Amino acid sequence: MIRIAQLSCGAEYSGVQRELEKAAEAVGARLIFPEVALDDVLNVESRFGIEVPSGDLNLAMARATRLVENPDLADAVFVCTCFRCAEGAIVRGEVRRFIHSHSRLPVLTYSFTERTTSDTLLTRMEALVTTAKMKGLLAREKQTGLTAGIDSGSTTTKAVIMRDNEIIGTGWVPTTEVLKSADAALEAALSEAKVKREELEGIGTTGYGRFLVGKHVNARLMQEEITVNSKGAVFLADAQRGAATVIDIGGMDNKAISVQDGIPGGFTMGGICAGASGRFLELTARRLGVNITELGKLALKGFHENVTMNSYCIVFGTQSLVNSLSKGSRPEDVAMAACHSVAEQVFEQQLQEVEVKQPVIMVGGTSLIEGLPKAMENLLGLPVIVPRYAQYIGAVGAALLVSGLLEG
Amino acid sequence: MVKVIVFPPTSTILADMVERMGHTPLVMSGEIRKKVNTPSLESPPLNITPEDPKKGLRYAAVDVPSGIRGRMSMIGPMIDEAEAALVVKDGNCLVGCTGCARTNELARLLIKVKGIPQIELKYPTSDAEARRFVHDIRTFLEGLR
Repeated sequence: MIRIAQLSCGAEYSGVQRELEKAAEAVGARLIFPEVALDDVLNVESRFGIEVPSGDLNLAMARATRLVENPDLADAVFVCTCFRCAEGAIVRGEVRRFIHSHSRLPVLTYSFTERTTSDTLLTRMEALVTTAKMKGLLAREKQTGLTAGIDSGSTTTKAVIMRDNEIIGTGWVPTTEVLKSADAALEAALSEAKVKREELEGIGTTGYGRFLVGKHVNARLMQEEITVNSKGAVFLADAQRGAATVIDIGGMDNKAISVQDGIPGGFTMGGICAGASGRFLELTARRLGVNITELGKLALKGFHENVTMNSYCIVFGTQSLVNSLSKGSRPEDVAMAACHSVAEQVFEQQLQEVEVKQPVIMVGGTSLIEGLPKAMENLLGLPVIVPRYAQYIGAVGAALLVSGLLEG
Repeated sequence: MVKVIVFPPTSTILADMVERMGHTPLVMSGEIRKKVNTPSLESPPLNITPEDPKKGLRYAAVDVPSGIRGRMSMIGPMIDEAEAALVVKDGNCLVGCTGCARTNELARLLIKVKGIPQIELKYPTSDAEARRFVHDIRTFLEGLR
C-alpha cells in the first residue's frame, strides 16, 4: 500500500475529503497525516521559514518539515488547498518547493473547490502512485524487443511500434469511437512497420481511453499519461539523465511535469478552459481558413503584440478572434496571438507550480504548431526543444515502458 | 439565559465560561457534534459534504474559497442565532481556531455588524491580565438578561 501524505487546508470543510480518499483508494494508496507536536506548529517559522495567519496552513508546513526530516513516513506527498485562496496558494507553492529541495519524495499539488470529485483526481493520484511504486520501471532508458504503444487521447489516437530502441512504425487517427480509433491507429503503425499484430511481444496503453483500449488489445501496461509522457519525452529528447521539464498542451487538458532522471518529481494537470488548450488553436485555424498543420508556420510570420487576444475563456477568446479579424488584423498576427494566448495561460497557471529546469521539452500534437513552442520560448526566456515524433510521445513512452515488463 | 456566540468559535475555554454563568454558548463543537451524529451521512471525519459550502453562500460569495464557505455554513447560522457575543482577539491557535484566518476575519466582521451586545478583549499574556480578563467577561455575562 502506497502512503500519500496529505498536507492540506480546507479539504474537510469543502466537503471533498471523502473524494480525495476515494481517489487514493482507487489507485491502491492510502492518505496519511504525519503527526506533529504542538511546538512544531507554534514554531513553524524557525524550521520552515514562514508563519501565516491560518492555523491549518501552519499545520501543513509543520507536517512538511516532519516529512523531510523523516522521509520514510510516506512514499509521496499531496499538497492541496482551496481554489482562489491567495494565502493557500503561496503556502502550497512553498511547501512543494521545500519538499523538493529537501527530499526525493514526489509531490502533487492541487487546488480544489466543493465540486472536485475523485474522478477528477484519479489520473493525478495514479501518476503519483506510479512514480512512488514503479521507480525501477520508470528508470528504464532503453526499449527492447518488439512492442507497441497506444495513446488514446481525447482528440487523436496515436500508436507506435518499436523494435530494439527504434521507432519502426507510427499511426495517427482522430479519436471518434475509442476502440475503432485505437484499432485503426495500431493497424497503420503495424503496416508501416511491416509487422503482424501477433508478433508483438507486448502492448502498452495510455491516455483517456487507456483502460478500455488496454482491455481490448490485452495490454500488459495501462498507465496514465503523466509518467508515460515524461518517459517518452526524455527518451525522444535524449535527456534521460538529470533534470528536465515536459510541457504537453493537449486537446482537452495540459500537463506540466518537472522530471528528474526520467521520473516525474512534481506535476500539474489542468487548464481552466478549452481556451488554454489545443482546441482553441483548432478553432483559430478553422476561422482563419487554414489547415491546423499550416497554423504554426503562419504564426511564425506574425506578431502577437499587434492583436489583443485573451483566451482565458474560449468564448471570450473566440470574440477576440472575430473582433481582430473584423478590424482588419493580419491572419499571421492573429495566428501568433492565438499561440501566445494559449502559451501564456499554461505559463501563468501551470508552469508556476512546477520547477522549470532545462531542457524544456514540448510534446504532443500541439508542439508541432510552430508558433506555440516559439511563444513558450519567449515567455520562459529559455530554449524549447520539440523532439522528433513529439506527437507520438505517449505511445512511445508506453512502448518503452511495457518492454520493461517483458523481462524476467 | 442568553445565547452567546464566542470567538474564536472553537474555543472550549470561552464556551465553558459562558455556560458557568448560566448562558448558552454557541460554538463549533456543538455544530460538528450535530453533523457527526446525523445518520445517513457518510463523509468522514466531519461529515461535511459538498452541499455545505453551497449553504455557506448565504454568508460569502461564490468566489470566496470553498473552505471558507464550508466553515461559514456552520458559523453563520450561529451568528444569526446569537443574542450576545464574546470576542477574544490575538490568541494563538491554542485558544481556538477555525484553521483559516479569512474565515476568522469574516466571522468577526459579521458578529461586529450584527449590533448585539458584545465584549471584545485581548488574549491575556500575564497573570494580572488573565485575572482582569476573567473579571471583564464575568461582568459582561452577568449583565446579560
